[in-house]
Amino acid sequence: MPTVSVKRDLLFRALGRTYTDEEFDELCFEFGLELDEITSEKEIISKEQGNLKAEGASNVVLYKIDVPANRYDLLCLEGLVRGLQVFKERIKAPVYKRVMPNAEIQKLIVTEETAKVRPFAVAAVLRNIKFTKDRYDSFIELQEKLHQNICRKRALVAIGTHDLDSLSGPFTYTAKRPSDIKFKPLNKTKEYTACELMNIYKSDNHLKHYLHIIENKSLYPVIYDSNGVVLSMPPIINGNHSKITVNTRNIFIECTGTDFTKAKIVLDIIVTMFSEYCENQFTVEATEVVFPNGKSNTFPDLAYRKEMVRADLINKKVGIRETPENLAKLLTRMCLKSEVIGDGNQIEVEIPPTRADIIHACDIVEDAAIAYGYNNIQMILPKTYTIANQFPLNKLTELLRHDLAAAGFTEALTFALCSKEDIADKLGLDISATNAVHISNPKTAEFQVARTTLLPGLLKTIAANRKMPLPLKLFEISDIVIKDSSKDVGAKNCRRLCAIYYNKNPGFEIIHGLLDRIMQLLDVPPGEDKGGYVIRASDGPPFFPGRCAEIFARHQSIGKLGVLHPDVITKFELTMPCSSLEINIEPFL
Amino acid sequence: MADGPVAEQLLRRLEVADGGLDSAELATQLGVEHQAVVGAVKSLQALGEVIEAELRSTKRWELTAEGEEIAQEGSHEARVFRSIAPEGLAQSALMQLPSGKVGFSKAMSNKWIRVDKSAADGPRVFRVVEKVEDEVQRRLQLVQKGQAEKLSEKERSELRKRKLLTEVTLKTYWVSKGSAFSTSVSKQETELSPEMISSGSWRNQPFKPYNFSARGVLPDSGHLHPLLKVRSQFRQIFLEMGFTEMPTDNFIESSFWNFDALFQPQQHPARDQHDTFFLRDPAEALQLPTDYVHRVKRTHAQGGYGSQGYKYSWRLDEARKNVLRTHTTAASARALYRLAQKKPFTPVKYFSIDRVFRNETLDATHLAEFHQIEGVVADHGLTLGHLMGVLREFFSKLGITQLRFKPTYNPYTEPSMEVFSYHQGLKKWVEVGNSGLFRPEMLLPMGLPENVSVIAWGLSLERPTMIKYGINNIRELVGHKVNLQMVYDSPLCRLDTEPRPQKTQAAA
Repeated sequence: MPTVSVKRDLLFRALGRTYTDEEFDELCFEFGLELDEITSEKEIISKEQGNLKAEGASNVVLYKIDVPANRYDLLCLEGLVRGLQVFKERIKAPVYKRVMPNAEIQKLIVTEETAKVRPFAVAAVLRNIKFTKDRYDSFIELQEKLHQNICRKRALVAIGTHDLDSLSGPFTYTAKRPSDIKFKPLNKTKEYTACELMNIYKSDNHLKHYLHIIENKSLYPVIYDSNGVVLSMPPIINGNHSKITVNTRNIFIECTGTDFTKAKIVLDIIVTMFSEYCENQFTVEATEVVFPNGKSNTFPDLAYRKEMVRADLINKKVGIRETPENLAKLLTRMCLKSEVIGDGNQIEVEIPPTRADIIHACDIVEDAAIAYGYNNIQMILPKTYTIANQFPLNKLTELLRHDLAAAGFTEALTFALCSKEDIADKLGLDISATNAVHISNPKTAEFQVARTTLLPGLLKTIAANRKMPLPLKLFEISDIVIKDSSKDVGAKNCRRLCAIYYNKNPGFEIIHGLLDRIMQLLDVPPGEDKGGYVIRASDGPPFFPGRCAEIFARHQSIGKLGVLHPDVITKFELTMPCSSLEINIEPFL
Repeated sequence: MADGPVAEQLLRRLEVADGGLDSAELATQLGVEHQAVVGAVKSLQALGEVIEAELRSTKRWELTAEGEEIAQEGSHEARVFRSIAPEGLAQSALMQLPSGKVGFSKAMSNKWIRVDKSAADGPRVFRVVEKVEDEVQRRLQLVQKGQAEKLSEKERSELRKRKLLTEVTLKTYWVSKGSAFSTSVSKQETELSPEMISSGSWRNQPFKPYNFSARGVLPDSGHLHPLLKVRSQFRQIFLEMGFTEMPTDNFIESSFWNFDALFQPQQHPARDQHDTFFLRDPAEALQLPTDYVHRVKRTHAQGGYGSQGYKYSWRLDEARKNVLRTHTTAASARALYRLAQKKPFTPVKYFSIDRVFRNETLDATHLAEFHQIEGVVADHGLTLGHLMGVLREFFSKLGITQLRFKPTYNPYTEPSMEVFSYHQGLKKWVEVGNSGLFRPEMLLPMGLPENVSVIAWGLSLERPTMIKYGINNIRELVGHKVNLQMVYDSPLCRLDTEPRPQKTQAAA
């Protein structure tokens, strides 16, 4: 969930009234926001870098507000205020307009070279804008928030904003060999080639995260004006030449990316949010984008879409009984201008360009419910009549674990993920013999594989509890994972029961006795007849030679028991003899 | 008769004593070890109210071995002084004496003696005064006589620094008559025996009273894990509410079931390498339900079922990628898909509690794997009001009655609501679960009828357990670093009773 940080006093001034922290928290809750933290720049710096660095930092109160991940229209102060004011019926939602310029329209020509690296571009112009320091900061911050969220850290979309008065169109969006791109990047005093820049930015804490997006491409995307001035090398950096400042009056905005839909949404959000400060409020100057195939289109989209929703559908999904007129009013409060039409049960809902999150009637239903107030909805129990059933494997597990505890063993709960070493080397096995599933992106060795046996987890539990009085008697009934090509995903879980006895003597007879008790509980008789159980001498890791037996029941091998090999005990940093038992319980379902 | 001669003598003396006796003094008077008197006191105490004994600790000054020697022979400096004849003594000869080294420097600083370095055959030591008072010896003798209190604090500490005195703590008993005092006590029997029962001798025997303030002997027993005790209770609640358990025994899931089937777009951040564990082997799912996959693809890429869709190019290879499931909703999706294939539709209530996996940064409350609790109801015409009604019943079974609902965003539910409960301890509303109605873009491609709504909610198992058992670090609860003592000591899990207060540091 993205967090937006706004100055409290600025927010209240824009809202036209003040709130206590509690009142504002309440308003947020109702609207689906969360007042996450009340802080100040000084507090933030002092928390992160200590009091010394915080000295002299601003004491202005900041509200940190959590915004739902799909509400890009609430990612800046301007949007938050507009949303809340409309919600509280203090203003009407503005109508955003795309206008043609008096002079020639700005053009962005996309060349075919971009197809392989970053094929899409859209653009728009904000004309005669008036920034203040706060507005300018908010403008920059919104781009950053969009980059981090909908733009997926610039991979899907990257935004560039430029002082149009320093440039001359038409603009060209193309892709070139890195060595052929040379320009003075933002906040640098000299020119570098793209190759040099990629090297320089490897040590830039902010920009280094974006380099991978184009690093391995043969051509890098770049935007030029008609004089060959570089506007930007998306998604990495803008040129210094067209840098915007507080005094910039005309802004050229370009969004390039690999997802056309998202690029259009991002452009719509920026221009709808900041056209508020244009001389002609809420108007955006169109830009023509010429595609490689010669066709062209004007942007921003700023499309208003109409959806028809039946009032009874909203009532039925929410569980309320409101008149169509009331529902239309509720929706209008959510920036979805609505009116009752047709047979008096149809509501026509206008989806503004700021609400790209509305893609289905269910999204409209939710907004009606929010405006109605979730906590005003009457709670009722569904009349759904059903008979409960347990999942048989879990039912058996529950019964067994209670009786294992009754037999004097203590239940452990260990991780399903572990290192290769845990399930192979430490048990004297080769990893290839384990049939384990392997994780491709573990952050540490603890998450290399899913366990193929419960034994390592129990041994590690004992190692972490060596100070406890002996004997230690532990068990776990849980799932292991092995590859299985007969399953749709190529792997399956298997429910295992593992028990372990750790003491000054190996206690094989105790583990053997536990097996006899388990078989008694499962109503499996001793002996091979009638699917009974027997144990037969066996060998192999992780057991001590001559101290291992294989367990057969229901005409199949279900596991092994024995005294653990001293090497295994040592590798798990233990010092006492130990015997164990591990069986598959699925044959007893 | 009392236990042994010491006890007997103790009782006799106590009978005539004025108020009581000190065990150490008695030992001196009787000429026995103090330990013998202590033994007698303990055995008499065990008889009941015969005597009362109050433990006292007294501090006493004692001479060290060297101190004893000095009390006898005089201080080293006095001994040095005495060994010097009026005509003096060669310093080298003086240093050979047993007290030479220590005594010389002390006598010098006392200005009792002087050294003449100009003497012909090397430095010579002469007396400076005629007569000396050996204060050290005198003081040590006082202590020896038990009159250490006559010395000042400074004097004592100086002697202690010279390792001539030490302070010892003596534990003694102040013994006085008990309410059942008697000089002739008979030995009480400790336990009832089979012989007493058969002979009937128990009728005439006094029995040693039990100490009811002592702890009993804990039975040898096994123990269930606290988190799994809570899991059992949640299962119980769902079963009481008529919910059927879904199979969740598949940790490995394809991205298709984990994400795509839930209408979670392929560029969603949750599908990032940083959030989800992907598999290297087996890297891809071998089979996916072809027709259904086609409907899911179309809904994502172009929309349908009344949806605009996400308008991007949906890729099959992305859907095939195997992951460790990030939520049990993947299993719910499979269950709902199976339900949709059964005609006609029958309403269901489902639940599951099982492990899920996230490739997240770990801290005191986050692990890479945790348990998710999930409830699902599918029926004709279910509303948000129904969801809230089910949640109210569910949470009231957990002892949570004050609920509040906040709008939120989940990729696969719409409307969505977070569930908050008022926390008495923290004095604020805290999130206790997440919920919503599954999106039509998820349900309709499965083949569920259009007027069927599916309400669902989820919460983690770890969080309520940590609150219930007052655990702050998740590693103490889950995984091999668990504290087994905590497992041994954990009480029954009764979710509808008050959580116990946070654990305070237990006394050692």
